[in-house]
Amino acid sequence: MSKFKKNKKGLPPINTASLPDIVFMLLFFFMVATTMRETSVLVKNDLPNATEIKKLSEKRLTSTIYVGPPISSPEGVTDAGDLIQLNDKIASVKDVRNFIYMAREGVPSEEQGAMTTLIKSDINSTVGTISDIKKELREINALKVTYATRQGSDKK
Amino acid sequence: MARRDTPEINAGSMADIAFLLLIFFLVTTTMDIDAGISRRLPEKQPDTVEPPIIKKRNIFEISINRNDDLLIEDEYRTVDEVKQLAIDFIDNGGGLGNAIALFGEDEGKEGTECTWCEGKKDESSSDHPNKAIISIKTDRSTTYGIYIIVQNEVSAALTFLRNRLAKKEYGQTYTEMVKEDKNNKINPDQSLKDKIKKIKVMYPEIITEQNN
Repeated sequence: MSKFKKNKKGLPPINTASLPDIVFMLLFFFMVATTMRETSVLVKNDLPNATEIKKLSEKRLTSTIYVGPPISSPEGVTDAGDLIQLNDKIASVKDVRNFIYMAREGVPSEEQGAMTTLIKSDINSTVGTISDIKKELREINALKVTYATRQGSDKK
Repeated sequence: MARRDTPEINAGSMADIAFLLLIFFLVTTTMDIDAGISRRLPEKQPDTVEPPIIKKRNIFEISINRNDDLLIEDEYRTVDEVKQLAIDFIDNGGGLGNAIALFGEDEGKEGTECTWCEGKKDESSSDHPNKAIISIKTDRSTTYGIYIIVQNEVSAALTFLRNRLAKKEYGQTYTEMVKEDKNNKINPDQSLKDKIKKIKVMYPEIITEQNN
């Protein structure tokens, strides 16, 4: 009888010594696979879909311009027009020039030709705004442009 | 004096610290890689430059109005038709093209016919893929969404033609070739690069834009 009683003494505690190792492994995975979030987007930014896309691997050589309607428009205003966001601020088309010059400063001159401007525009913004930006970019010879899209198709 | 063992360090809170760090990184980082449709803007021309004279049949005109309606070659069309119409236009090959001065053999020669085109060779459509210009006209209030769809369809048309040509010439589609070239970052394959360049010259991407 005593033989059986011995086994009923309760379960041994689970060894959690390897738990930190597992968590550290996850931590390192995320540290390597992700990038820091640089800006918070101040405009509505619902990107269109496209199939013929190219990935931009060089974050260092990319300057991002956000375009879209304001997230909360003032009361009574239904169509406030598109806003342009550079870095963390809402800006106007005229500021695009300086923004690109600033971006160029941190890049060695032999790589400046490979710099791309990424236009992240909301699906409902107008082409007029985009074309104003493109005009500015042409003026300062920043000719490589990418229209940010998601992978997929949304033909009507 | 009896030697005492050092007491074991309690590592129970190690997991908590690691979790805290993990959650911090989960919140402050993003995983998305930016992707999109790439275009090269035309260089700024001095005001004195006369625009070149281009035959009307070499221009494929896509107009998008403020209500996002499409007008292609003066006919009302839908978005689904853009790709096929663009393919037919670029691939027409109805005449002589510009001289291709890239791969030695053709250098300095007169323009030649498009021998790789499979189009109808219609007199009223484009002469040659390297003369075929796609013109996208937009209004200021055209929606960005439809503009991107049209840009995407035009790119899709070109990709289709390039894939078909590459498959015939090299037994491998253009998309596969580009992908392979990307993977060869460490030892670039020069012959593959030349092939890609050749396909690009045979079906170049010529898009003009105009915004009113």
